[in-house]
Amino acid sequence: MWGICFLLPDLLGVICFALLPFAQVVIRSFQGAVNHKWVGFDNYKAVFQNAAFRMAAGNTLRFTAICIPLLVALSLVLAVTLQHLRLGKDLLKSAFLIPVAVPAASVVLVWKVLFHSNGLINGLVLKLGGEKIPWMTSGAAFFVLVISYLWKNLGYDMILWMAGLAGIPTEIYEAAKVDGAGEWKCFTKITLPNLKTSLYTISVLSFLNSFKVFREAWLVAGDYPHQSMYLLQHLYNNWFRDLSFDRIAAAAVLNALVVLALIFLLKRAWDAEE
Amino acid sequence: MKKIANLFIFIILAVLALLICFPVLFAVTGGFSAQWELEKNLAAILGNADGLADWSILPKAPTLEPLIHLLMDSPQYFVMFWNSLKISLLILVGQLVFGMPAAWSLARFVFPGKRIISAIYLVLMLMPFQVLMLPEYLVLNDMGILDTHAAVIAPAVFSTFPVFIMQRFFRSVPEAILEAARIDGAGNFQIFLRIGIPLGAPGIVCSAILGFLESWNMIEQPMTFIKTKSLWPLSLFLPEISLSDAGLGFAAALMMLIPALLLFLSGQEYLEQGIAAAAVKE
Repeated sequence: MWGICFLLPDLLGVICFALLPFAQVVIRSFQGAVNHKWVGFDNYKAVFQNAAFRMAAGNTLRFTAICIPLLVALSLVLAVTLQHLRLGKDLLKSAFLIPVAVPAASVVLVWKVLFHSNGLINGLVLKLGGEKIPWMTSGAAFFVLVISYLWKNLGYDMILWMAGLAGIPTEIYEAAKVDGAGEWKCFTKITLPNLKTSLYTISVLSFLNSFKVFREAWLVAGDYPHQSMYLLQHLYNNWFRDLSFDRIAAAAVLNALVVLALIFLLKRAWDAEE
Repeated sequence: MKKIANLFIFIILAVLALLICFPVLFAVTGGFSAQWELEKNLAAILGNADGLADWSILPKAPTLEPLIHLLMDSPQYFVMFWNSLKISLLILVGQLVFGMPAAWSLARFVFPGKRIISAIYLVLMLMPFQVLMLPEYLVLNDMGILDTHAAVIAPAVFSTFPVFIMQRFFRSVPEAILEAARIDGAGNFQIFLRIGIPLGAPGIVCSAILGFLESWNMIEQPMTFIKTKSLWPLSLFLPEISLSDAGLGFAAALMMLIPALLLFLSGQEYLEQGIAAAAVKE
């Protein structure tokens, strides 16, 4: 009984600000925008047939397919090497973690100076004998997103991996060393297999964090960026301005289903471990 | 041999670390540079000269002038700074007032429906804003609080992320202590206040730091729910400053960066624990 008393104030807020309105959105996804007439799956069809939606969904998919494996692998390498390092370990860890705390808006000018076609990165490219890359006005804009995402999340994922690494009992390593196993063998035979659950968790969390890269995209390029960095959140914002609530409702439900499916997979992975 | 390999790895990591910190250093130097120096360095970007933009790691003529100008003569900026601070602090207080008891409940009590509620909290924590944007808009509209600070604060107060983090830490409070308090006749509420909160303090600090950084950095929510410019937080105001006003822009960015960096430096250990709390399964 007491448990419910402690929970109730927060739960009521959650019901009022998230659960009930989401249920309302599910209902609206089957209704017309203006007259609230029942239209079945028409909104969903309209969403799938919408060219902007396909482009945004494609970009989002391409973005996650490139970024997440890259981020997960890089941060693992970083976590493992940092763990073996004796010199300056804490200092380096702090340096990698700083971007987590840096508000996106406070480095927006820096990003603009770096990625302008006459900017600092192109200065470096020219010095190395390359040609100027039109970062913001060509397909290269996509890589501005990739770089922003990696920059922001590398330290975050590194901490997640370190937590996973800390969970492996040291006795296993000691036993393996006694049996004459080298560093590399320890890594492939002990470290990697023991990190399987962490891998699932970190992949899912990285995927969910990838939605936040919209911030950087919007800050450097505004509401209508180059089409290679046009993401679902841009599209929803634009639909929002046009008051196409019927479409946003259907798209939000689809989006929620994808996230739900991922959480379900994660849960299965956790349960399988036990 | 091993020593050399170690040194080599250290050097590679140090270079990478410098690269990662570079944008932050860049923003800091920008904040201490005079408008003329910025204009000179950025001439190629502003269209005043051919060639490429330039940057010096340390300003040639470091000055506090843009910062002073910002603090003394830009009332508009002050309003935004205050908006950001007000929004972030009110969210923080709300998250603690509602979240702490909820986390205590989910961590220490057994009641019907608890499993399903925990599952719902976890799912909501992981939902991106683009899913919750329309639902939140509809309810804020029904309540008539769109275009006020409350529109940004209220949904964030009931974010389930703080509950999830604090719950993890409350769970590690030893049952024996609670049992002893019960035998001494302490009520449930007293146990929560006198034992739960002090022993779960690290979790509360973790949640507070992560929560504050999140709301200080908030962009999508105010962008969608607040139309009136004088109500905007700094995070929406900064992108409006163009590079031709770089002195003001970098100074304003620095003022936004400083609270976040101070929090990071003083609470890094808690920040790490808070991040890790999501990765280790129960």
